[in-house]
Amino acid sequence: MLDTPIHLEYTFTPGIAQSRFLRGLAEGRFVGQRCPVCGKVYIPSRGSCPVDGVPTGEDVALSDTGIVTTYCVVNVPFAGQAIEIPYIAAQVLLDGANISFMGLIQGIPATDVRMGMRVQAVWVEPDELGPTLASVKYFTPTGEPDAPYETFEEYL
Amino acid sequence: MADRCAVIGVGQTHLKAKREDVSIPGLVREAAQRALADAELTFADIDAVVIGKAPDMFEGVMMPELSLAAALGAVGKPMMRVHTAGSVGGSTALVAAHLISSGIHRRVLTVAYEKQSDSDAMWALSVPQPFAAPLLAGAGGYFAPHIRAYMRRSGAPEHIGRMVAVKDRRNALKNPYAHLHLEDIDMKMVEESIMLWDPLRYLEACPSSDGAAAMVLAAADAVSGSYPPAWVHGMAMRSEPTMFAGRDQVNPQAGRDCAADVYRQAGITDPRADLDMAEVYVPFSWYEPMWLENLGFCPEGEGWKLTESGATALDGDIPWNASGGVLSSNPIGASGMLRFLEAAMQVRSQAGEHQVEGARRALGHAYGGGSQFFAMWVVGSDKP
Ligand SMILES: [Zn+2]
Repeated sequence: MLDTPIHLEYTFTPGIAQSRFLRGLAEGRFVGQRCPVCGKVYIPSRGSCPVDGVPTGEDVALSDTGIVTTYCVVNVPFAGQAIEIPYIAAQVLLDGANISFMGLIQGIPATDVRMGMRVQAVWVEPDELGPTLASVKYFTPTGEPDAPYETFEEYL
Repeated sequence: MADRCAVIGVGQTHLKAKREDVSIPGLVREAAQRALADAELTFADIDAVVIGKAPDMFEGVMMPELSLAAALGAVGKPMMRVHTAGSVGGSTALVAAHLISSGIHRRVLTVAYEKQSDSDAMWALSVPQPFAAPLLAGAGGYFAPHIRAYMRRSGAPEHIGRMVAVKDRRNALKNPYAHLHLEDIDMKMVEESIMLWDPLRYLEACPSSDGAAAMVLAAADAVSGSYPPAWVHGMAMRSEPTMFAGRDQVNPQAGRDCAADVYRQAGITDPRADLDMAEVYVPFSWYEPMWLENLGFCPEGEGWKLTESGATALDGDIPWNASGGVLSSNPIGASGMLRFLEAAMQVRSQAGEHQVEGARRALGHAYGGGSQFFAMWVVGSDKP
């Protein structure tokens, strides 16, 4: 077996909805989109609601606080890994959003993370902001009381 | 289904961490030749070939079906490629079966493979993208949070995952093709293995394997071979978006719908009672109780109780993964087909030491992607 390193550059075209999400990140804020039929707020929005099959035209500014719905602690090394192990990979549900996305949790020992824990985004320095989720360094606990399980059960 | 479809030949390679003695063409040809030998046929008897594997990026070989045509005797014949991520082995078998049941072909060779030693699946599944944080650590990193959600929702005690990990590895000791043959496997060994994706430990996860699986499918008037055929009693595929608000990631709707469809076709009203065994895609131990519920073998929230009772063990009333399952061998693209193939072997009474005595009706199941692709068939020894 011979390993031969290769290199591939590609241009990513995010489309209208994801462009708004990514531009929001470059300004240090979260922008989602609401479905006109079910009223659910998607982030990142792909531009349409997969349930109703209609465009999600309305932008919704979301706060950068939310909860951890569920999580795992990654302790496995692999090629191209961007974060030192062990790290906490959580599903973060922002306040006002109806779908979670994966976020890094820091500022708490891995053994203390909980489902329902309140967290807030920690952003990179203003001059480092860009159209990428790398603008969010991580989420960290706010210290508020945990959300009761019943309030986020439907997002699991 | 217009025409009845029969499985008349099955073949698999030994499943190993590294098959350095063969190339990818050699690997798929080995499985195909075994399936043809089982059906007592040659490549010349085959009308068409349907092939599947996990995404091309895994081995870095684009559209491998083109270069594999010669190895599979498909030059000048219709050849199709199927793509449904980890469920692809199951979907590939179903596409082949539809070519028979629709009356288009009389004998179809279907093949699925993965050569994980030529690839880096962890890397391929974890490539950074601008709209997501670079956190995803392979399939385990994706599924572990959903396993945690299942544990919370069902209140299942944590030893359930270890029980599945031990049961499937003990079954694998009876399967000469299985990758892992862990003679000393027990609950303690699983508990002491390293935590990879908390709450999932090393021995609660599937290995990384090289291997291929193949089947020869035939119309009722084209059955051959010494073993009786396995008849397809029902087949179904379903998918759902990976992300939508209100999606149940623990108990996906597409899985429930797919099971309901395949049971309806096969006349199954109580899968635990009506089936004799099941080969279900369980790459991480906790997916046994999760899929027991998703596939209707018990009420929601009680899958772990079925596992704990021993019902799914080889000597239980509804054995799951008598072959050792994905937990004992995971040549990704082939893993789904192996579930379908093992179900067929059981109802043909050709499973050897891991044969479930008297098995006449069995379920083969595969899922893939972020639990968004499902493929299932029910095969039986009776012609429907
Ligand atoms: Zn909607």
